[in-house]
Amino acid sequence: MSITKRLFVGLSTIALGASITACGGSDQSTSCVDCDDQVTVGILHSLSGTMAISESTLVDTEKMAIEEINAAGGVEVGGKKYEIKYIVEDGASDWPTFAEKSKKLIDQDKVPVVFGGWTSASRKAMLPVYESKDAFLYYPIQYEAQECSNNIFYTGATPNQQSEPATEFMFKRSPAAGKPFFLVGSDYVFPRTSNTITIEQVKSLGGEVVGEDYLPLGNTEVAPIIAKIKKALPNGGVIINTLNGDQNVAFFKQIQDVGITPDNGYYVMSYSIAEEEISTIGPEFLAGHYGAWNYMMSINTPASKKFARNFKKRWGSDRVVADPQESAYNMVYLWKAAVEKAGTFDDNEVRKALIGVKFDAPQGPVEVMPNHHLSQTVRIGQITSGGQFKILESTNGPVLPQAWNQFEPSSKGYACDWTDSKKGERYPL
Amino acid sequence: MQLILESLFNGLAIGSVLLIAALGLAIVFGLMGVINLAHGELMMLGAYSTYVTQLIFKLTPLKQFYNSYVIVSLVVAFVVTAVVGIVLERSIIKRLYGRPLETLLATWGVSLILQQFVRSVPLAYASGLICTILIGLIFHIILPKNSLTYSQARIAKVSSWVFSILLGLLSANWLSSSISKLGRASARNVDVTAPSWMRGGFDLWNITFPVTRIVIIVITIIAVFSVTWFLKQSVWGMRIRAVTQNRSMSECLGISTETVDVLTFGIGSGLAGIAGVAVSLLGSVGPNVGGNYIVGCFMVVVLGGVGNLLGTIIASFSIGIMTDLIGAGRLLTIWPDMPAPLATTVDFFATTSMARVLIFALIVAFLQFRPSGLFPQKGRMVEG
Repeated sequence: MSITKRLFVGLSTIALGASITACGGSDQSTSCVDCDDQVTVGILHSLSGTMAISESTLVDTEKMAIEEINAAGGVEVGGKKYEIKYIVEDGASDWPTFAEKSKKLIDQDKVPVVFGGWTSASRKAMLPVYESKDAFLYYPIQYEAQECSNNIFYTGATPNQQSEPATEFMFKRSPAAGKPFFLVGSDYVFPRTSNTITIEQVKSLGGEVVGEDYLPLGNTEVAPIIAKIKKALPNGGVIINTLNGDQNVAFFKQIQDVGITPDNGYYVMSYSIAEEEISTIGPEFLAGHYGAWNYMMSINTPASKKFARNFKKRWGSDRVVADPQESAYNMVYLWKAAVEKAGTFDDNEVRKALIGVKFDAPQGPVEVMPNHHLSQTVRIGQITSGGQFKILESTNGPVLPQAWNQFEPSSKGYACDWTDSKKGERYPL
Repeated sequence: MQLILESLFNGLAIGSVLLIAALGLAIVFGLMGVINLAHGELMMLGAYSTYVTQLIFKLTPLKQFYNSYVIVSLVVAFVVTAVVGIVLERSIIKRLYGRPLETLLATWGVSLILQQFVRSVPLAYASGLICTILIGLIFHIILPKNSLTYSQARIAKVSSWVFSILLGLLSANWLSSSISKLGRASARNVDVTAPSWMRGGFDLWNITFPVTRIVIIVITIIAVFSVTWFLKQSVWGMRIRAVTQNRSMSECLGISTETVDVLTFGIGSGLAGIAGVAVSLLGSVGPNVGGNYIVGCFMVVVLGGVGNLLGTIIASFSIGIMTDLIGAGRLLTIWPDMPAPLATTVDFFATTSMARVLIFALIVAFLQFRPSGLFPQKGRMVEG
């Protein structure tokens, strides 16, 4: 290697090193001043890989909630004040890794609780670990339900708290009311289950589903799907969209080009597009379409505004808050309330105490139900050109969660109740 | 008629994305025999440079030319990815010629490094680094080496690199201070917004032709024609073909094979950058964007026959048209009174997922009969 080459390699390494250190910020953390002891909890989300983009926002929110609790005096158990410490583990967007890291957090770090997961696949991978070790996982994402574990606490929406009210709105009260439906989704468990429910529901409402199609994960060629939509819905209609992440960008960019727009009578209702995604895709492609969530950043209450303000203050003024983050924020506070109610960090006691715990969340009051899900308010919003939701309607107070869907034939007539040892995971109503 | 036209256009649109993505690979894989798994990541860099160009055109002095940023970004993306490709070739691949398995593993490693690089390094600094390398390379070429003594040459070399590092740092600082989005590292996907003239579509014979797709088709056609012209007509193209056919003989005849390698790899990588521009207009730009295309690229090159541009072109358009015919369920519309069992089968495959499965199966079946693709290479180099 000649001298210049060595020099070049050296200098470029230095330049690279300098640029990496330049971007690494300092990690500020508020500690509890007059706490007597410490308790360490586990945080398990993907910090690398495909899902890192979404899941890292949850880590940020959970850290913020823990800092808030610490600043307010920590968790009080048995007259002692505990400061919350956390161990963050990386699930690396790889489902077996989630299971492995869960084992590590439970066996090695002996944490009393793990906050974690995003995709249904990661939850399904972690579930056996928590059940065999009788540990407790808090899972914050809106999902397809059809599951009710004693060892998981679900703070996201079940289909009857998101997709069902949304389908009903689109069929009865949207500008495309009464028109046929087309279902588009990514090819994995959530869209497929969600769409089975939607098909049953549209049938029972008296509507018509004229087509459904799934895009393989990682594929962004949407031209065939668009051709199908144009053929199936020649005069406009409702498109229910459960596409994942960046597939949405390709979809919305290209449907606009061929004239599938609200102006021409096509309305898209998306279940995976929150404020974060709107800012990535660009509001100019989304304005006029719909979304359904429990929390929307535009909710005009002091609690909601405070949540958004604190998050921006902690993580940067250009950041936004969205439903998954609110759900993650709630679960930390609900755990704290349950621990204080139980008077111990012991899993089994906390699990019993958790049922019935209420919390004034940014979305409004929520309460933990016997089926380990939350009662939540459902909101339908139309996307504005400013990148926010204009809330069109919200339910009268919180909606009770259904772990087993009542439109899907295989689970119809079943429910879940962990307060009664005879009922448990699945019992006939 | 309208149906056939619409199907043809859709197939052309899908095929041209495949073709522009595979064109660079056809050169690198076909002419040099290098299995470059980092090809997708070079596309990703091209897409990111489109994003950076777009942001620069939003600054005040250039704002009035905003509508033409796509054309500028084609040049920028080509240069950026060509530079990265040249660095890659000089540092890694030149040590691995003739060892396809090692190249495969090494370039896969490079692809992971590049993905993590854009996640953890702010784009402003990444641009600065590329500026440094680019200016350094230009100095390396234009320095009058013959008229200088050995020590003078060394001083000139060192000072030229110092100068380019300074320029690189300056540009990085300027970018990060004037465009705050580029100053921070982010794993978030970013979005390239097409200028207003490229949005929407125009209607002709009751079909909507999206302008973005037409632009991509035009870019592809221009790229294919220039590559063909370069390889067939120019002196360096002739040298590249000579080296492909017989390396040691070309070397004997005085062709600098090292320069040919650098040039071929640089052009192949630069074409990946242009593909990146095209891809960024269709979807979002993220660290994983390249991985979505790499399998399709190899599929096209293998189906077309390694080392044959015409094969690549025909392969990508036939895959495009098949995707549309099967995936969009057009066969049923074209032939409505198909016998019932056939109709159910066609209907079963008329979803995007199943169409992909069917196309892969058809390609596998086709390769059973013609293992070397549509247009197999003939002649001496097949053995060598």
